[in-house]
Amino acid sequence: MDLAFTKEEQAFREEVRQFFRDNVPPETRRKMVEGRHLSKDEMVTWWRILNKKGWGVSHWPKEYGGTGWTAVQHYIFNEELQAHPAPQPLAFGVSMVGPVIYTFGNEEQKKKYLPRIANVDDWWCQGFSEPGSGSDLASLKTKAERRGDKWIINGQKTWTTLAQHADMIFCLCRTDNNAKKQMGISFIVFSMKSKGVTVRPIQTIDGGHEVNEVFFDDVEVPIENLIGEENKGWDYAKFLLGNERTGIARVGVSKERIRRIKDLASKVEAGGKPIIQDPAFREKLAACEIELKALELTQLRVVADEGKHGKGKPNPASSVLKIKGSEIQQTTTELLMEVIGPFAAPYDVHGDDGSNEAMDWTAQIAPSYFNNRKVSIYGGSNEIQRNIIAKAVLGL
Amino acid sequence: MDFDLNEEQRLLKESIDGLLTDSYDFEQRKKYMKEKGGWSKAVWLKLAEQGLLGLPFAEADGGFGGGGVETMIVMEALGKALVLEPYLATVVIGGGFLRHAGSDAQKAAHVPGIIDGSKTLAFAQLEKNSRYDLFDVSTTAKKKGDGWVIDGEKFVVLNGESADTLVVTARTKGDRRDRSGIGVFLVPGNAKGVGRKGYPTQDGLHAADITFTGVEVGADAVLGNPEDSLALIERVVDEARIALCAEAVGLMDESLKTTVEYIKTRKQFGVAIGSFQSLQHRASDMFVAAEQARSMSMFATMAGDFEDAKERTNAIAAAKVQIGKSAKFVGQQSIQLHGGIGMTMEARIGHYFKRLTMIENSFGDTDYHQRRVADAGGLI
Repeated sequence: MDLAFTKEEQAFREEVRQFFRDNVPPETRRKMVEGRHLSKDEMVTWWRILNKKGWGVSHWPKEYGGTGWTAVQHYIFNEELQAHPAPQPLAFGVSMVGPVIYTFGNEEQKKKYLPRIANVDDWWCQGFSEPGSGSDLASLKTKAERRGDKWIINGQKTWTTLAQHADMIFCLCRTDNNAKKQMGISFIVFSMKSKGVTVRPIQTIDGGHEVNEVFFDDVEVPIENLIGEENKGWDYAKFLLGNERTGIARVGVSKERIRRIKDLASKVEAGGKPIIQDPAFREKLAACEIELKALELTQLRVVADEGKHGKGKPNPASSVLKIKGSEIQQTTTELLMEVIGPFAAPYDVHGDDGSNEAMDWTAQIAPSYFNNRKVSIYGGSNEIQRNIIAKAVLGL
Repeated sequence: MDFDLNEEQRLLKESIDGLLTDSYDFEQRKKYMKEKGGWSKAVWLKLAEQGLLGLPFAEADGGFGGGGVETMIVMEALGKALVLEPYLATVVIGGGFLRHAGSDAQKAAHVPGIIDGSKTLAFAQLEKNSRYDLFDVSTTAKKKGDGWVIDGEKFVVLNGESADTLVVTARTKGDRRDRSGIGVFLVPGNAKGVGRKGYPTQDGLHAADITFTGVEVGADAVLGNPEDSLALIERVVDEARIALCAEAVGLMDESLKTTVEYIKTRKQFGVAIGSFQSLQHRASDMFVAAEQARSMSMFATMAGDFEDAKERTNAIAAAKVQIGKSAKFVGQQSIQLHGGIGMTMEARIGHYFKRLTMIENSFGDTDYHQRRVADAGGLI
């Protein structure tokens, strides 16, 4: 047992950190520190810088543009990226559909899609959830019917993150109504510019527009856009969701936020002195930091395990990451709210499109708190995670 | 970065787990509890035979030169089996003082007896008003000729009744809460002027309240610097905290395992109660708490070797907070999920809960350590 990083790993951390210092546009970083949303342009610009460096799809196999890094290097890269902070690669392309395509797709699909995912020439979105299919995802109803050399797609998806930017969607569609619900689903990709696709914004409680409803009305999709085998889509979906075990803890994000809490808490006063000097507040913050430290160590255990024994059999501790990671993210946004107190109230009617930068820096703190309630809901709600632990780990 | 055990460590784990599987089931434990001092001399000698009592001592002193990870392995195993024998008091704490501050003569006088199982030690530190502050010492040691005279009272000294040697903190200078002026003394348990009142503790161990009335010891009783040993005390107590963290992880593992087995077999409404989602979620939360505790126990073990004392202490304090919170949750929920049977002395689970509860209040509770981490400016 040895907690220390090797000299090589430390040098790697320095290299990554320096690259971020030199290359993340300062405006992008500032917005992230303040919890503002970024424009599509700002995100794509950064991702192309990353891709040019060869780090855009770092965890992909080398033949498709990956880096061949060790599990520990990936961990360091992610931590530094989150801590800088800079936008993480677009998960829908890089972490989700990309690995499905290089694992289950045919050669033509790999050639056609993978380079465009890496360079974000296509912005991808995820067509999984439906109004009637949330935690019970396999009950989905969006239908793909074969007609000649086309799929005809009808139905509705929801919670489609950043679909307003998307060029492409990967979609779970029912292709066999008679099979058991998990067995009749196929994984189909198509252009969001197709005729019959309608995107409608959903405004969330923070006032932002991240998610959308997407409607499909007789959308025609070429038959070769099926990934893998027909009716095997559920397996690919499970593969996709299980692929990203460690990133979900978002330890770097919470660390960065704790630094911000400390920074603000040493400026904002309560009782005539900075809040950071209030013992009750300080202890709450310490409690959160301790939980985060434990999570970081749990994550390192999982990473070290993957590095040594491969990804085959997940370390049972990996189930902890989503639950604790989301709880801690939520606690950090609560603590930020607590620091600014009554100044959480003003609502910036201009949103965060950059048109009203004069608005006080506290403007994004309440929205970020409201927005972060999502993290214990998405990606398999924390209640679903508890079901998974009960069944898969405890055998209940 | 590596969290795996090496080959030798795996063998160590197998050997102690094997020994305890053979000689430490719940019924055997009840018998050991009734023996003199409240623990089994025979088991103690078996631990000695396997070299476990000499584990952390240097090879030059007759030990095996084991480090923090080795102690962690042993403490986890002792926790899992709910062991009564005074490993913490004798090997971890008593042995810790000798390893860090013992002169060659002191080591020669005490270490062989620890390693062969013939002698046990106890740490007489807690006072009526000191609570968790290690520097809060009223017991005095006054110079007399070459030697010292010790006066004062110590409480809840684990293994205090049967220990051959007491390691006593006493003030040689200054006022009650001064950080300097504290010494550490080796006092024979049967020295003239030592009064010991022994009793069982809530978790089935044994402790004693001890009075020191004009107890005279020689110059060779002093461990380290008699006027400035707080750093030594903090170091050894940090090692005790690390050991307690590991013991608690063993206790939590076994509590969770026992509880999950129970809800798989206990039937109500015609089905195993473990099929109910509310119970499944509770068990999942217990698992999460136990894993977070395991992570911090490993962190504490590694922090034991940190060069910087402040960094070491802060990390171990953080670990003790996590352990305290997890232990309370896992312990309480184990009883809840067992239902009525969990309330009985007859069932194992309650005994695990009680030991976990006492660990939280040993060498600083959750609030105490959380405050320390907060005062140190956190971890990030």
